[in-house]
Amino acid sequence: MKLPKLDMEQVRGLLSGDAGADRVVPPTGYTAWLTLFAAGAMAFLAVFALALSLATARLADRWGDALARSSTLRISAPEGQMIAQTDAALNVLQTTPGIATARALDAGEQRALLEPWFGPDLPIESLPIPQLIEIIEEGAGYDAAGLRLRLAAEVPGAVLDDHTRWREPLVRAASRLRLLGWLSLVLIAGTVAAMITLAANAALSANAQVIGVLRLVGARDRYIVLAFVRRFTLRSLSGAAVGTVLGCLAVMLLPRAEIGGGFLTGLGFQGWHWIWPLTIPLLSGGVAYLATRAAAQRTLKDMP
Amino acid sequence: MIDLENVAYSYGGGELLSDITLRLSPGSFHFLTGPSGAGKTTLLKLFYGALMPTAGHVRLFDADVRELTRDDIAMARRRIGVVHQDCQFLNHLTVTENIALPLLVSDRDMLAEDANLRELINWVGLTQRANALPPELSGGERQRAALARALIMSPDVILADEPTGNVDWEMSQRLMRLLVELNRMGKTIMIATHDLALIRAAKSQVQARVLRISNRSLQLAGADL
Repeated sequence: MKLPKLDMEQVRGLLSGDAGADRVVPPTGYTAWLTLFAAGAMAFLAVFALALSLATARLADRWGDALARSSTLRISAPEGQMIAQTDAALNVLQTTPGIATARALDAGEQRALLEPWFGPDLPIESLPIPQLIEIIEEGAGYDAAGLRLRLAAEVPGAVLDDHTRWREPLVRAASRLRLLGWLSLVLIAGTVAAMITLAANAALSANAQVIGVLRLVGARDRYIVLAFVRRFTLRSLSGAAVGTVLGCLAVMLLPRAEIGGGFLTGLGFQGWHWIWPLTIPLLSGGVAYLATRAAAQRTLKDMP
Repeated sequence: MIDLENVAYSYGGGELLSDITLRLSPGSFHFLTGPSGAGKTTLLKLFYGALMPTAGHVRLFDADVRELTRDDIAMARRRIGVVHQDCQFLNHLTVTENIALPLLVSDRDMLAEDANLRELINWVGLTQRANALPPELSGGERQRAALARALIMSPDVILADEPTGNVDWEMSQRLMRLLVELNRMGKTIMIATHDLALIRAAKSQVQARVLRISNRSLQLAGADL
């Protein structure tokens, strides 16, 4: 897609303002409020779509990273062989390329893992609990199939769980959600452009006489375009600013229950991500600028 | 100032004007006459670049209109004042603001032009109506406001299309006196009208050439008027 050339002089004129050029376009009353409202509503929705995209991105990273970098080896062996098999397994793991550390969990840690299910008073020593070994990867990771073969030969009671079957559907769901979030943002931007184009076209055809008079008295196209572009850009900018502020407030007021690491409660912005919603009014203004300019230039082409 | 050389203009169907050659020299005064639909308005539109000739050449201030950009045409229009029969204004602005519109769109210093503006409004007799909105004006007032708007940039050429079409005889005489006065100040004037009485009355005040469009071409009307 070829981006329209951004005319710096026009942008400066847009920002510096020209009360005279504003005056030549008649005031439009309630349609101005409709444009403001629509821009605001779209910005409000955009804040949520953005929050969704960023939250799912975080989630996917967390699931992807944390689960991918660690795996678990479970050793089920008769009482007498447990220690020997654990040592053998640790030995195998330490000589496997791609594994940074391999550590057998002690009794306290294993009890902590089981506590949510069996309560704190579990006499763990008297139960045939399998020994767990936590494996942390490094670099590109290890070859799971190769490791399984070696373990099968040397530690018959070992079962390797590399978390793949947990991770994959979760990461897939998260990326799909993120994709939907970005798609929503694109659709919202497109809707803003369509809405502003419709509003600008309506204003331009309602003001065909104004444009005709301006051309007759020697106004250049740039002057006429700017008068309309300014009005719609500022309208969309201010509507979107209000919508964004309200959207951000709504996101901030979402109840926090971060402990569970739940997906819905993680919806929001973290750290410098708060910059992103601030770009929504600017983008909305930019979209309005381009849409109105295109509509105005199209209209002017048919005017002598 | 404005030159037409073998100009033809045709609408979709047939040819409306053909083989027209005309030169508007500085300080000249022309009447353009002919029956309704003969092409008076079309010819005027060719003069200010609102229409492009389908054949031949139109030169605005020595530049061929076909080679002008839209901005060039806008610049040329600042030197050509146009008064239409049904003159259009910006209805949400006052008479004064409408008359000052050409200054506004060409980024002139409005404060510096303020004295000129008042003088001009006084000259066309609209001082009392300066703050009225255009829809509140009578036909004659509209014509005078349009004339003032056409003059505010101190153009070299004034093109008027039936400027007296909507006003009574007395008002038309007043408008004609204003146009004759402008011609004495050195402006080039071209008035399209089908009102022969108006032309006869004006001929006593100014040396005017009368052009008639008939059979698609332009002829110099004789002394029969």
